[in-house]
Amino acid sequence: MLAVIGAASPEALFGAVPKLALLDAPVDLPPHSPEFMVEAHMRALASRNRTGADGPSFVGAGAYRHHVPASVDHLIQRSEWLTAYTPYQPEVSQGTLQMLFEFQTQVAHLTGMEVANASMYDGSTATAEAALMARRLTRKDKIILSGGLHPHYRDVVRTYLDNVPELICLPASPDGQGDILSRIDGDTAAIIIQTPDFYGHLRDVKKAADAIHAQGGLLIVVVTEVISLGLIEAPGALGADIVVCEGQSIGNALSFGGPYVGLMATRKEFIRQMPGRLCGETVDADGNRGFVLTLSTREQHIRREKATSNICTNSGLCALAFSIHMGLLGEAGLTRLARLNHSRAVTLAKALRAIPDVELLNRSFFNEMTLRLPVPAAPIVELLAKAEILAGVPAIRLDPDNVHCANLLIVAATELTTDEDIELLALSLATAVSEFRP
Amino acid sequence: MTIRYTEDHEYIRVEGTAGTVGITQYAQDQLGDIVFVELPKLGQKLKKGDEAAVVESVKAASEIYAPASGTVTAINEALTSEPGLINTSPDADGWIYKLALDDPGEIDSLMDDAAYAKHTA
Amino acid sequence: MSMNNQGRPTGTGSGTPTATGSSLLPNEPLLFEIGDTEHSGVDLPDVAVSDEFLGGFRRQTPLDLAGLTEPEAMRHYVRLSRLNYSIDSGMYPLGSCTMKHNPRLNEKIARLPGFADIHPLQPVSTVQGALDVMNELAHWLMTLTNTAAVCLTPKAGAHGEMAGMMAIRAAQAARGEGHRNIVLVPDSAHGTNPATAAFLGYTVKSIPANAGGTVDAAAVKAALGPDVAAIMLTNPNTCGLFEPQIVEIAAAVHEAGAFFYCDGANFNAIMGVVRPGDLGIDAMHINLHKTFSTPHGGGGPGAGPVVLSAALAPFAPVPFLRKGELIEHAEGTHLGRITAFNGQMGMYVRALTYMLSHGGDGLAQAARDAVLNANYVKARLTPAFSAPFGDGPCMHEALFDDHFLEGTGVTTLDFAKALIDEGFHPMTMYFPLVVHGAMLIEPTESESKQTLDQFCDTMLVLAGEARSNPGRFTAAPTRAPRRRLDETRAARSPRLKWQRPEPVPQPAE
Repeated sequence: MLAVIGAASPEALFGAVPKLALLDAPVDLPPHSPEFMVEAHMRALASRNRTGADGPSFVGAGAYRHHVPASVDHLIQRSEWLTAYTPYQPEVSQGTLQMLFEFQTQVAHLTGMEVANASMYDGSTATAEAALMARRLTRKDKIILSGGLHPHYRDVVRTYLDNVPELICLPASPDGQGDILSRIDGDTAAIIIQTPDFYGHLRDVKKAADAIHAQGGLLIVVVTEVISLGLIEAPGALGADIVVCEGQSIGNALSFGGPYVGLMATRKEFIRQMPGRLCGETVDADGNRGFVLTLSTREQHIRREKATSNICTNSGLCALAFSIHMGLLGEAGLTRLARLNHSRAVTLAKALRAIPDVELLNRSFFNEMTLRLPVPAAPIVELLAKAEILAGVPAIRLDPDNVHCANLLIVAATELTTDEDIELLALSLATAVSEFRP
Repeated sequence: MTIRYTEDHEYIRVEGTAGTVGITQYAQDQLGDIVFVELPKLGQKLKKGDEAAVVESVKAASEIYAPASGTVTAINEALTSEPGLINTSPDADGWIYKLALDDPGEIDSLMDDAAYAKHTA
Repeated sequence: MSMNNQGRPTGTGSGTPTATGSSLLPNEPLLFEIGDTEHSGVDLPDVAVSDEFLGGFRRQTPLDLAGLTEPEAMRHYVRLSRLNYSIDSGMYPLGSCTMKHNPRLNEKIARLPGFADIHPLQPVSTVQGALDVMNELAHWLMTLTNTAAVCLTPKAGAHGEMAGMMAIRAAQAARGEGHRNIVLVPDSAHGTNPATAAFLGYTVKSIPANAGGTVDAAAVKAALGPDVAAIMLTNPNTCGLFEPQIVEIAAAVHEAGAFFYCDGANFNAIMGVVRPGDLGIDAMHINLHKTFSTPHGGGGPGAGPVVLSAALAPFAPVPFLRKGELIEHAEGTHLGRITAFNGQMGMYVRALTYMLSHGGDGLAQAARDAVLNANYVKARLTPAFSAPFGDGPCMHEALFDDHFLEGTGVTTLDFAKALIDEGFHPMTMYFPLVVHGAMLIEPTESESKQTLDQFCDTMLVLAGEARSNPGRFTAAPTRAPRRRLDETRAARSPRLKWQRPEPVPQPAE
C-alpha cells in the first residue's frame, strides 16, 4: 500500500503535523487487551452497581423501570438497524425511513397532535427546544415554567435560554397547585407545564391552554412518563400546541440516564419551526411508495447559522426500540399496561398513606406520587438502600436550595412492582421513619 | 413600466411608485424545484437589501432581498399552496410581493435587461 | 441414447415482474396496514381502574395505535431492516461520518444489568461502578487530548459544541469581556458550527480557505479583533487535511483574547498520535459514535463529550465528577445542566470497552491505519478523479471534486447513486461546500486492502463509464430497494404520518 501511495512509512503521511505536536512515545494509557480481559474488567465495574433486579425499586422522577419484551432488544441489534447511518441515501435506507414514518405516526397519535418529528436527544432537551420554537413562532420573549416541571428539565431550559431575561421559573409546587396561569400576560410566548408533574399530580391541560391562548401564547406540555398517555387524556385533545415527552419508558433501558429518546409533536402549521429530522412519504421513479427525510432546509446542514436548531445526530436507535415496543403493545396493550401501572400505584399509595405521620400529597396521580415524611427523606432513602430497597427519590436531591422539599419523597410504581415489594417498603419505611424521629 | 434586476437575481417591475418583486428565470432554473416560499408580512417596511422573503428548494434555502425600500402592499398567497409557480412562471404568476416604493429613483442603480443578461452570461 | 432427464431442472428462466417485489425483498406494508388496535404482542393482565385518582383526566381520545403479534413484529422489522445498507453488510465510505466497525463486545457489555438496569437517581452509594466508568472514560479522553477537564454529558457532537461554546462565553463574561460577539468559522466547517454559534447569539464571520484547502494563520489574524470570542476550527479539517498552521492560529487566537474551539469530529485520524491540547485548543468535542465505535444506529444516539482546557474547566456544566464525587448542582462559575441525568451512560460503556480493547497502542494504530487506507484510496483514484488540493497526503479521508465529470452530463449525485448499484454505500457528497461537487471518501481503519481494492476498482470503472455510458448514472440506482425518490413532492405537500385511507363510497342500493 505504501508503494502505491509513494510514502516511506505510515508516519510519513503525518507530515503536515507540526513536529512538536507529533508524539514520539505512546500515550500514557494501558496497552490493548484481549476480549476476555476487557469483559472481566467491565463486569467488575458493573458488579459495583445495584441493579433494579436486586430488590424492590420505587425510583422514578423522569426515568422508569419497565419490562421491555425480549424481541425488542433482539431486533434492534440486527446489523441493518444497529450499524446503518442517518438515512441520507433514501434508496438504501428505506428500512430506517419507514420505521421513522411509523414512529412519527405513533407519537402523533399518542400525544393527540398532528405531526411529530423523528426524535430529539431526550425529554429535557426537547423541552428546551420547544421553548425556543415557541419564541420563534410567536415572536414573543417570555417563557414561564411551571413549578411542577422536573427540576432537571427546568435547569436545562435555563441553560439553553440563559441569555433570555424573560424566563420565569416558578418555585417548586409539590402540592400540585401553582399560580402559573395568573402570571400569563400578552408578552408570554409560552408556558410549560408537565403532566403528570414532577410530584406525580395530573395537571389541568385544558385550563392552561385556554388561559395562554387568550393571551396569544402557546402551551407546551411535558410528559416524562409516556405510558401515562395510555390512560390519561392526550394533551393535543386538550389544546396543547407543542407536546414533548421522554420516551424511555417504552423500549429503552434505564441505563443510568441515557441514551433516551425525546419525542416532539405539534400542530401541522408549526412544522417549519420544528427542530430535528422529519421523515415524509413520497414515491420513487417507478411510482412505488417510499420515504425520505424532508423539510431539511430547517436543519443545520443546509441552513447553517439560520437553522431552527443545531441538532444533527438524534436518538434513532432508541426511537426504533420505542417504535417496536409500541408496535408490539398496540392500543390494546398500551391501555392494559397503563392501567396496570396505575393500579400498582393505587395499591402503593394506599399502603404508604396508612403509615403514621406519612402524608400523601396527591389527590391525583398516574404511577408516581409524593409523600411528606415527618423527617428528612434523603437519609431515609440511604438507610433503606442498605436494606436493598430503593425507596424513591428525595425531592431535595434535585432541588437542593428548596428547604421545603427536605421531607418529600417521590415514589413510583410500575407493572414490575409486586405486592411483596409494596409491603416491604411500607413496613421498612414505617420502621425507618419511627427510628429517625427525634 | 420598468424592469430592473439585482445581482442576487431578484427582479422588480415598477409602475409609478408600485413595484412587483420576484426572482428571475435564471434564478429559478439554478435553484430547481421550489417547495416553499416564506412571504413577507403585509405592511412590513423594508429597506433596500433587507431580507424580505425566503424561497426553498429541497436542498437549499435562499433569502430574497428587497431590491428597493418601501412598504409591502401585497403578497402572492398563491405561492403558499403552489410554490412551483415560481418555476413555471417566475415573472408573471410567480411574483412574490408588491411594494409601495419610498423612492422610485432608487432602482436606477439596478441592472437593466441588457446588463442583467451580461451578468448571467 | 438413454435419455436420462431425472434430477432438478437447471435452466435460469426469464424474469417477469411479481406482485410483491423481489422474493427476498418484498414490499413491506406499514405497521398500521398490518396490525390493528385489537391485537397485541405483549401478554399483560387486564385490570380495571377506578376514577378515584385520575382527577377527571381519563383518556377519551382513541389511541389508534396498531398492534402486532410477536411473529408479525419479528417479520415486519426484519423485512424492513433488509431495506437498509449497513456497515456490517458493506463498505460505508461516508467522509466525516466515520463509519467504522462496531465491535459486538461493546453491545454485550452495555447490556449487563449492572449498566443497563441502573437508575440515574438511585442513591449514589449504589452506583459506584457507574461513576468508575465515567472516571475511566474521562481519564482516557483527557490523556488522549492532553486537556485539563472533560464534560461527559453532551448527547451528541452538536450538543458538545454547545457546551464548549457556552463555557467559552461564560469564561469571557467572567473576565468582563461579554462584549465579544463574533465567532470565526471557516467555510469548510460542518453546518453545526455556525448553527451552534448563532444559537448562542454570536455573529458568524467566515474565514476563507486557501488554495490548498487549509486555513492560513494570516487570514485568521486579519479577522481577529477585540470583538472576536472564538474560532471554531475542525482539525483534521473537513477536506481531510491536517491544518498545518494550527499552532500559529492557536497562538494568534489566544493573543487576541479569544478561545480556540476545535471540532473533534475527525479525531479518529489522530487519536494516540497527536494530542489536540498540545496544539493549543481550548475545547473540543469528541463524537464517541465516530471515534470510539459506538453504533450510529440509523441516526443516533451519539455522545459528544467535550474536553476543556484549564482556563475553561471552571465553566464546565454539571453534572461532573470531582475526585470521584458526583457533583450534580452548579456551584461557583460552573454552568447549569445541558441535559437531565448523567448523559449517555450506554455510550460511555461502549466507548470505554473499545478503548480498553485497543489500548493506547491500538488506538494510535487505528488512526495510522485510517490515514493509510485513505491515502491508498486517494493514490489509486487520483489518476481518474480530480483532487482539488493536489497530490499530497491526506489524513483519514480523501476529497475529490467533480472536475473529472466535466462534459459527461453526470453529476456527483448521479455518480454516488451508481455506486449504490455496485453494492457500495455512496461517499459523502456536496460536502465540504468549499469544493464543487465534492466527493468525500473515508474508508476508516476497518477496511481490508481487499475491500479497498474492490472499492477503488469499482470507482475507476465508474469513472470510465461516466464517459462511455452516462445513461446508467442518471437512471441509477436501479438495483436498490427503491429508485430515486421524489423529494420535491415530499417537501411540497408533506405527508409526515400515516393516514387512514378514506372509506371507498359504496353505491346506494
